[in-house]
Amino acid sequence: MTDLCSLTLKEAIDVAKKDGPQSILEAFQRRAAAVNPRLNAFLRFDPSQSSVVLPPERLPLAGVPVSIKDNICIDGREVTCASKILAKHVPPYDATVIEKLKTAGATLFGTCNMDEFAFGSSCETSAFGPCRNPWDLERVPGGSSGGSAASVAADMTLAALGSDTGGSIRQPAALCGVVGVKPTYGRVSRYGLIAFGSSFDQIGPITKTVEDAAILLNVISGHDPKDSTSSPEAAPDFTQSLNRDVKGLRIGLPKEYFIEGIDPEIEKSVRAAADIYRKLGAEIKTISLPHTEHSVSVYYIVAVAEASSNLGRFDGVEYGLRVPSKDLREMYFETRDQGFGQEAKRRILLGTFVLSAGYYEAYYLKGQKVRTLIRQDFEKAFKEVDVILSPTSPTAAFKIGEKVSDPVAMYLSDIFTIPANLAGIPAMSLPCGFTSGGLPIGMQLMARPFDEATMLRAAYAFEQETGIYKKKPLL
Amino acid sequence: MSFDTSSAFGQNGGTSNPLLRILMEFKIERVAELSRLNLKSEEKQKLEKDLGAILSYVEKLSALDTTGVEPTSHVLNMENVFRKDEAKTSDAAEKALVHAPRADGRFFKVPKIVHRD
Repeated sequence: MTDLCSLTLKEAIDVAKKDGPQSILEAFQRRAAAVNPRLNAFLRFDPSQSSVVLPPERLPLAGVPVSIKDNICIDGREVTCASKILAKHVPPYDATVIEKLKTAGATLFGTCNMDEFAFGSSCETSAFGPCRNPWDLERVPGGSSGGSAASVAADMTLAALGSDTGGSIRQPAALCGVVGVKPTYGRVSRYGLIAFGSSFDQIGPITKTVEDAAILLNVISGHDPKDSTSSPEAAPDFTQSLNRDVKGLRIGLPKEYFIEGIDPEIEKSVRAAADIYRKLGAEIKTISLPHTEHSVSVYYIVAVAEASSNLGRFDGVEYGLRVPSKDLREMYFETRDQGFGQEAKRRILLGTFVLSAGYYEAYYLKGQKVRTLIRQDFEKAFKEVDVILSPTSPTAAFKIGEKVSDPVAMYLSDIFTIPANLAGIPAMSLPCGFTSGGLPIGMQLMARPFDEATMLRAAYAFEQETGIYKKKPLL
Repeated sequence: MSFDTSSAFGQNGGTSNPLLRILMEFKIERVAELSRLNLKSEEKQKLEKDLGAILSYVEKLSALDTTGVEPTSHVLNMENVFRKDEAKTSDAAEKALVHAPRADGRFFKVPKIVHRD
């Protein structure tokens, strides 16, 4: 019998529909127990908490395990955002995506490690210890959804949900050699996702294959009256778009994404992917997204401003940590100082500063205007091409500790993923090769708003042509 | 609203080194106060240096001409999303109080707000 943990989500659903999910669940429990001490990808995976809807065999997900990033609320289960300030917090309701997963018959299995409040690109800012990359335990899995990507790559789970504010699904997917999709802003409800940057945040799947991502997108997409930024746009059946036909598809290579500073092995691998698309009949064009270099600056103004506002609610009054103090004011100050880690404090301070009187126009308003220019870059580009192909990250997985002391260097690791969040367009990462040192390389595809279908079709064609996803880390 | 660097940097707008200018303006004590963070002295220096470096990096935006450009606060073309104003039963309030750091009946309980002299 084949190792159940190495199945794709699609394959596991087929097995579970026939034989029930129990043997699959047990296999993943054993695998997670054996591997997690080395990876720290799951913060918690108490099997007794696995809530399975019985009998699940007739439901679309048939009771198979799906893991959840620790910033998505599950009724009655602790959620921490990997922060001391929320430790022991138990939300009284399900996020809409959780409700949808339960209805589809998923077993919620394993809570995934992350950067504290999703602030980071390496999973090192977690208050509960860093998560490690299954391909090299001395290296980061990327972030902030590092635990989601590492657990999928290590076969500790079938698939996971992450959240993406500036690349937090796609960058760890690239660094761990798995598929990660950030849907169009508004495609998936944010209700029950603990907010970081409300005009950027999107929940999306991290999976072993493109088909698995389409299956989960089908489950979690759709309008939600509980989220005022949820789009009424109807969601198609994404699995229907998975054919290998890219003949005549116009694919753009943005020249600003192949610049100095990008690892030559990454550039070579992504350009080789373009050649494969050309061979499959797609048309490859060089395009320009002229304001790309400003995207990191815009993001670190506008997203931190939203973050500082969203994190105002953590003050020791209603939930989470409360540091006993003589009066209310001191309680706010001490709870926040002791509860938040250094990166959270950096972003709260920066966000508060750029929103403060006298600086609002120079920073926040200026950032929002440049955001418009970046959106317009994409609008123009999508008149010429159907999808945009680029590297996901300028480097492969870096060493733990390598960038911790230099926040600007850390922020620049998101330079290729941030623009899609600024423009609200769908984007995904999928494996396209390996470095000479054996680390995974990810390529990014971006598409027009609400055109995930074309993006997934292009991804599926490449994946099926190359079969790169079949290689697994040795653990 | 127009972008004007002199208003953003007040009387210190004349310093030519952007990092120096930002550090003169970025008063960690003041921002920490607004952020409700009781920073310890050993944290302050490092955070001040980091934030100076980040602000100096984002400074290059000011060179970009954005005259006549509308700001983007949101990417969806949706406005005024309302739901029907209907009463519904909910147990959210009781459930929320269960996990509060301190609660008393229907209320969150907090330490004294005003002290008597």
